[in-house]
Amino acid sequence: MTARALAPTAARRGFQISVSGEARYLPIAFLLPGILVILLVVGFPMLYSFYLSFTNYTLTSARSYHFVGLANYINLLKDPVFQQAFGRTILFITLAVNLEFLIGLGIAQLMAKAIHGQSLLRTIIMMPMMFAPVLVGFQFKWFFNDQVGLVNNLLFTLTGEPHIIPWLIKVPLGFISILVAEIWMSTPFMVIILEAGILSLPAEPFEAADVDGASGWQKFRHLTLPMLMPFIYTAMAIRSLDIARVYDVISIMTGGGPGTRTELIWTYVYRLAFTGHNYAMGSAMSYVTVLFSFIFTWYLFRNVIKSRWEGRE
Amino acid sequence: MKEFGYAQAGRRRRWGDTVRDLFLYLIILIFFLPVLWIVLTSIRPNVEINARPPVWIPSRLDFDSYKILLGMPTPEGAFGMGGSIPFGAYARNSTIIALSSTLVSLTLGTLAGFTFARFRFRAKNSIFLSMMLARAVPGVALSLPLFILFARLGLSDKILGMIIAYSALNIPFTAWLMDGFFRALPEELDDAALIDGCSRWSALLRVDLPLALPGVAASGIFAFLTAWNEFALATVITRTPASRTFPPGLYEFTGQFVSDWRGMTAMSVMMLLPSVVFVALVQRQLVQGLASGAVKG
Repeated sequence: MTARALAPTAARRGFQISVSGEARYLPIAFLLPGILVILLVVGFPMLYSFYLSFTNYTLTSARSYHFVGLANYINLLKDPVFQQAFGRTILFITLAVNLEFLIGLGIAQLMAKAIHGQSLLRTIIMMPMMFAPVLVGFQFKWFFNDQVGLVNNLLFTLTGEPHIIPWLIKVPLGFISILVAEIWMSTPFMVIILEAGILSLPAEPFEAADVDGASGWQKFRHLTLPMLMPFIYTAMAIRSLDIARVYDVISIMTGGGPGTRTELIWTYVYRLAFTGHNYAMGSAMSYVTVLFSFIFTWYLFRNVIKSRWEGRE
Repeated sequence: MKEFGYAQAGRRRRWGDTVRDLFLYLIILIFFLPVLWIVLTSIRPNVEINARPPVWIPSRLDFDSYKILLGMPTPEGAFGMGGSIPFGAYARNSTIIALSSTLVSLTLGTLAGFTFARFRFRAKNSIFLSMMLARAVPGVALSLPLFILFARLGLSDKILGMIIAYSALNIPFTAWLMDGFFRALPEELDDAALIDGCSRWSALLRVDLPLALPGVAASGIFAFLTAWNEFALATVITRTPASRTFPPGLYEFTGQFVSDWRGMTAMSVMMLLPSVVFVALVQRQLVQGLASGAVKG
């Protein structure tokens, strides 16, 4: 940033400080309460579990445990279940976020142009966002039930003969069922953000394109999509913050099972810490999930922040 | 709606538009089916739920599950596990916790968002990013260490503990959205107020906040929905009806030998109602607010 660009702002800021004298401590005073609450609820507990991840702490021997260095992390890396769960999680997030984005963009485009009932449509499409993730889990567990599930019932009614497809048990089907539940639950969020983005686009470029005889696809590809990018980054960044909420859904639908067939990193934390009573190992696993979220979030947020404060500092 | 120029400008109805709208209604209907299904399940006779061949349309309306949950008299032999579930206590806890934590996170998150939007200070981006990362910590990773801490502080199984926990979860996202809303307002307004002798604080209260109210409403929806529906922390921190909320309460309809699906859907429908009303009331502000630049980056 050049000195010339800075000068007017600096002068203005200087003026404010001399007027009020509060600009120096106000940022701290305004931010501190929020930061303190976050430190209490997230900071301290996560530091504590970071410490425990280097010990052999278990819930049953909470009083006598000792430092074991990196042993938990090394065991985890060597653990084939962990390796599979890790790979499966990457596949799951990639599929989920991209499919949600594509479906969301399609619906958002249609919604922004709908003639009638936008408000009603919007309220209806937001209903999955109002479902507690546990409720989504119970719902879809039941939909995909092999004996009395909605999906098999539908096949029964349509074909006239009973189908007993074990959706939640067979190998790719369990993963797909979870994916369907996640997409149903989270696509509406994409729709809302992207619809807001589409509605905020200026009319002039599109009118100019109409005059030039551009096709619908050309307008979408060269006007809508580039102007929508900041919204797309934001929507994806928020999804990456919240993706772990799918744990509630999976823990009810399959619990990572049967066996470890649908194990993702979040269900594996639970399995190690609560079911396996190896809390220290679970903490190490927690840290892997936290790191995972961080990398994912950091990558997307860099783009958000870059566009956010660009040309303002 | 003038600002929504592009999407609606100069439109004439054509056949293509009608077909496109019908296609949209079909997609929305698919998303709506699970909602319709839990409503239908909650009001049908219990025998129809696991019937084979399947029964699609309820043969008669049956509100027994609701009556049992609400402690109203029901016909002899009506099936439902809702009677053993302290619905009133869960409703009270969920309401207090969701509303209070929404209020706290809106207050603190708005302050933080205002700071990010209007001040420049060292390490601003790092502080912003760290705040967001706090939200990225998965609930399942946080639940046990938080439980241990809350147990020591005497906050476990307390409504106050849940309010504090959910406030912390919602502050980062509120701060982010409010930052966007404040930045969408012209900074000159602030400067004018400051020159007129307002303090920063009263400029926020009297100038910026009233203009950013749609943003507060939008952030409020997200914070409320998160708090109302959270499960991973609630299931570990709340143990008794003294603080237990709806989401872990849903579990109590599943027993080892018998589950009451209908009762669960009845409680779910009642749990959804406040959210539906809330969202229906503010969805227009939500989308307009988001479109005004809050999420543009």
